[in-house]
Amino acid sequence: MTEIALQRPSAMAFLRRHSRAELAVLVLGFLILMLGAVWMLLPLVWMLSASLMPLSEVIKVPPIWFAPAKYSLNNYIEVWGRVGFARFFFNSVFVAGTITAAQLLTSSMAGFAFARYQFPGRMLIFILILSTMMIPFQVIMIPLFIMMARLHMVNTYSGMILPAIVTPFGIFMMRQFMLGVPKPLLEAARIDGASEPYIFTRIMLPLCKPAIAALAIFAFLGSWDNFLWPLIIINSKQLWTLPIAMSRFTEQYISQTHLQMAGASIMFLPVLFVFLLMQRNFIEGIALTGLKG
Amino acid sequence: MATAAKAFAITRQRWSRQQRREALWAYAFLSPAFFFLLALIMFPILFAFWISLHDWSLIPRHFPFIGLQNYLETLRDPLTIKSLRNTLFYTVGAVPVSMAVSLILALIMNQEKLPFRTWFRTAYFIPVITSWVAVSFVWLWLFEPRWGLVNSFLGWFGITGIKWLASPVWALPAIMLVAVWKGLGYNMVIFLAGLQGIPREMHEAAKIDGANRWQSFWFITFPLLNPTVVFITVTAVIGSLQVFTPAVIMTTVQGEAGGPINSTRVMVYHIYSTAFRYNRLGYGAALAFVLFALILVVTLMQLRLTQREVEYT
Repeated sequence: MTEIALQRPSAMAFLRRHSRAELAVLVLGFLILMLGAVWMLLPLVWMLSASLMPLSEVIKVPPIWFAPAKYSLNNYIEVWGRVGFARFFFNSVFVAGTITAAQLLTSSMAGFAFARYQFPGRMLIFILILSTMMIPFQVIMIPLFIMMARLHMVNTYSGMILPAIVTPFGIFMMRQFMLGVPKPLLEAARIDGASEPYIFTRIMLPLCKPAIAALAIFAFLGSWDNFLWPLIIINSKQLWTLPIAMSRFTEQYISQTHLQMAGASIMFLPVLFVFLLMQRNFIEGIALTGLKG
Repeated sequence: MATAAKAFAITRQRWSRQQRREALWAYAFLSPAFFFLLALIMFPILFAFWISLHDWSLIPRHFPFIGLQNYLETLRDPLTIKSLRNTLFYTVGAVPVSMAVSLILALIMNQEKLPFRTWFRTAYFIPVITSWVAVSFVWLWLFEPRWGLVNSFLGWFGITGIKWLASPVWALPAIMLVAVWKGLGYNMVIFLAGLQGIPREMHEAAKIDGANRWQSFWFITFPLLNPTVVFITVTAVIGSLQVFTPAVIMTTVQGEAGGPINSTRVMVYHIYSTAFRYNRLGYGAALAFVLFALILVVTLMQLRLTQREVEYT
């Protein structure tokens, strides 16, 4: 009894002291994260704010961050219509969509071959594919351009799409994921007389939804953001994707900051919307590849 | 005896028929990806080397064979040396800062009692999903010397008049700052995943043994996080050596990127410009192989230096 009575105050004090230190760490950490989050978001908040303001407000000295009284959608209307972003937006969606679909198809089929079958040359082909992962795009862009010129694909949609329809990274990712699918599931289907294409499309693919979602996100964002290849392969205005349009239209509209911010917002908002909808897939997909890489 | 041998022969035959069937399906599933990889990556890399041995020009179309002269020129070309130096400076500056900051943030965020954790994770991840071209334009104006928000912010602390993108000293650091800003969330998410893979009992055991927070981090978290650190360093360095978009968008003046006195001319832009603006495809291909060699050497060095077996049982 006395023992407990003696111990209790010191134990309490330890606990209190400890939790206070812990509390301090938590509060400090929270403040650091707050500061960091402000740094992360402020540039984008300014972008959205400036995209709604007339130029005269955007370039005021000293700068103003928000001017709700002057907000209007005029910049968007001008960029979407007169500058032609409607067309460029469609081009970007079409190119990125086609590339995503093609990458999903080629990657999941190849991944299935590696994960399910034993065949001569399996290891060799796999290593060959993996080794192409190391090759930077800059090394192959010059020969690719010459090849596209030979195929009369310079300045066409096909020329933009073709080099991106297969990715060793995607094959690797699908293979890794499919190796985790229990074999008995597939064997049971085979014993029931299911054909191989049936097993692939009806059993394997539905089980791979998380990997497919992650790969689709990477493929689409990669193409949406791609600047270097379209810059090389595209000339005519009708084929500009959004990144090319952003860099080119500023040649005519130098210092039209308000229009540029409207254009940047047009690139940003759809992606943000999809991101907020499928956040879990985004972040878990990246964590997944990070751990497996 | 004879029947047994016959039965054996039949099963073997069946087995190999089954095997043959499997192999055929495998090749069928593999063929689209393999064909395109062959045509779009493996053949082009050989072709690229072939091009690099020529003085290759598209208009007018002529390409005399010149052996290794393009490679010898890379060693003498001051613009190449400058581009290599800028690229290395950018990488050596941006990657460690980004890693240190993102690790600290991940450690803070890994505390379960912290409020709004997922909210923060979302906030830090938004720049990651934003297109490089878009953010380059945003930061281009944030760095505007007269009315840009960066200088107005620095003004609160009495720092004035940095010309940022117009200054040969500050242009490249400005781009590095944007790269850190944009990549932070990505590294942080991977660090978080790595941290969550470390068994909680280890820290509890250390705590019982009297280890403080710092010791717990330095002797347990950090060594066990090694695979994650290696992964992030390697991918971040490869990505940084290939930087292109922000350098082009943020420092193009009258159609020519590279910034004030070529202070932001990076390797990829140098390759692009040489091949497609100055019509020297052979020299451009040789430069691309120089970049490739640089990436390979740096990656192998990193793996050598950082890969060590860590086993805590």
